[in-house]
Amino acid sequence: MDRTIIDLWVGIFVAAGVVALMVLALKVGNASTINLSESYTIYAEFDNIGGLKVRAPVKSSGVVVGRVAEIQFDPRKYVAKVALRVDRRYEFPADTIASVLTSGLLGEQYVGLDVGGDTVVLKDGHTLKKTQSAVVLEKLIGQFLYGKAAEGGNSK
Amino acid sequence: MRSVRHVGGSVVNGIWRLGYASRFFVLTLLKSPVSFRRFHQLTMREVYFTGVLSLIIIVVSGLFVGMVLALQGYETLQKYGSSEAVGTLVALSLVRELGPVVAALLFASRAGSAMTAEIGLMKATEQISAMEMMAVDPIARVIGPRFWGGVISMPLLAAMFSAVGVFGGYLIAVVLIGVDDGAFWSQMQAAVDWRQDVLNGVIKSCVFGVAVTAIALFEGYDAPPTAEGVSGATTRTVVTSSLAILGLDFILTAFMFTGV
Repeated sequence: MDRTIIDLWVGIFVAAGVVALMVLALKVGNASTINLSESYTIYAEFDNIGGLKVRAPVKSSGVVVGRVAEIQFDPRKYVAKVALRVDRRYEFPADTIASVLTSGLLGEQYVGLDVGGDTVVLKDGHTLKKTQSAVVLEKLIGQFLYGKAAEGGNSK
Repeated sequence: MRSVRHVGGSVVNGIWRLGYASRFFVLTLLKSPVSFRRFHQLTMREVYFTGVLSLIIIVVSGLFVGMVLALQGYETLQKYGSSEAVGTLVALSLVRELGPVVAALLFASRAGSAMTAEIGLMKATEQISAMEMMAVDPIARVIGPRFWGGVISMPLLAAMFSAVGVFGGYLIAVVLIGVDDGAFWSQMQAAVDWRQDVLNGVIKSCVFGVAVTAIALFEGYDAPPTAEGVSGATTRTVVTSSLAILGLDFILTAFMFTGV
């Protein structure tokens, strides 16, 4: 009789532990948002990815539609080849433009997809033809200073 | 000259003990099938003693740790106008670090010390020798069930600690301070990754469970059969397993969270 009471308590304990794990996975974590098994991979080649990291979000119109799966350097073309894993529910036209953007002033970097008008949709393994690199702050400042200097030269 | 001899003696003794402990650990693993087959009821009993009876301290500590994290995090984050990120702060620190580590420290002092004292006293009152006389293997009968009971309980306790802690953080941040409910959860969900964070936390707590239980059982088994010996072994269990938890945590964190 005593044993069954203990079994009951152990059962309650194990059930509570499993419930806690489920809460951590589904409510706290993001196991429910994107199912990796139902996704397809497209590639994009950037001249410069800035500070983009693996697992950074892929957004279209601000909505997360996938994640960055892999970042590689292509030694023949000297570009960064980024694999984007996109949720299968979303289809994008073949002339979609991928750009590396920053959320907010100090936020993380993500890949933004600007949808084109093509009737052909992207399939698994396709490579995006048009991309826009990350904005590098030093280059921007350099261009600004160069522009200022040129302006000053003209006014004389 | 004497101090040199003393240092050398303690080093040799420490290594000797380490070897003995390793053999004890391997023996426990080898005899585990027997423990499971013949003494599974005892394993259930140990899950009850180490897990169920530790529930209150784990749940209460988890709740308060989560609430304190939310209070302190809010103070700092609010200066930068991102008080919604308090959910991320609470969840990430609990799931990655505090959940497994604090739960394991509490487990070591609540359950580990009890295990050591129990086995030390069994040895002091010659119950273990009596079992050997009756051809009952004490490793399979006494050590195995306790080991697996502890290893099963530890990850579950750590998961409960983290979950209750997040709830405590929610209570303070959303209910008391008034951070936006949706932003609290959505920022948390965007930042916490199931594989990277939650699963690694569970792996950590499994490793801590094995370490704490193995240390507690060995100290009990190795305790000199006197009142003084048992009390010393109990103290050593808490000190050694706390140090082991912190050291292992550093190593595991270095492996898990830096190689991005």
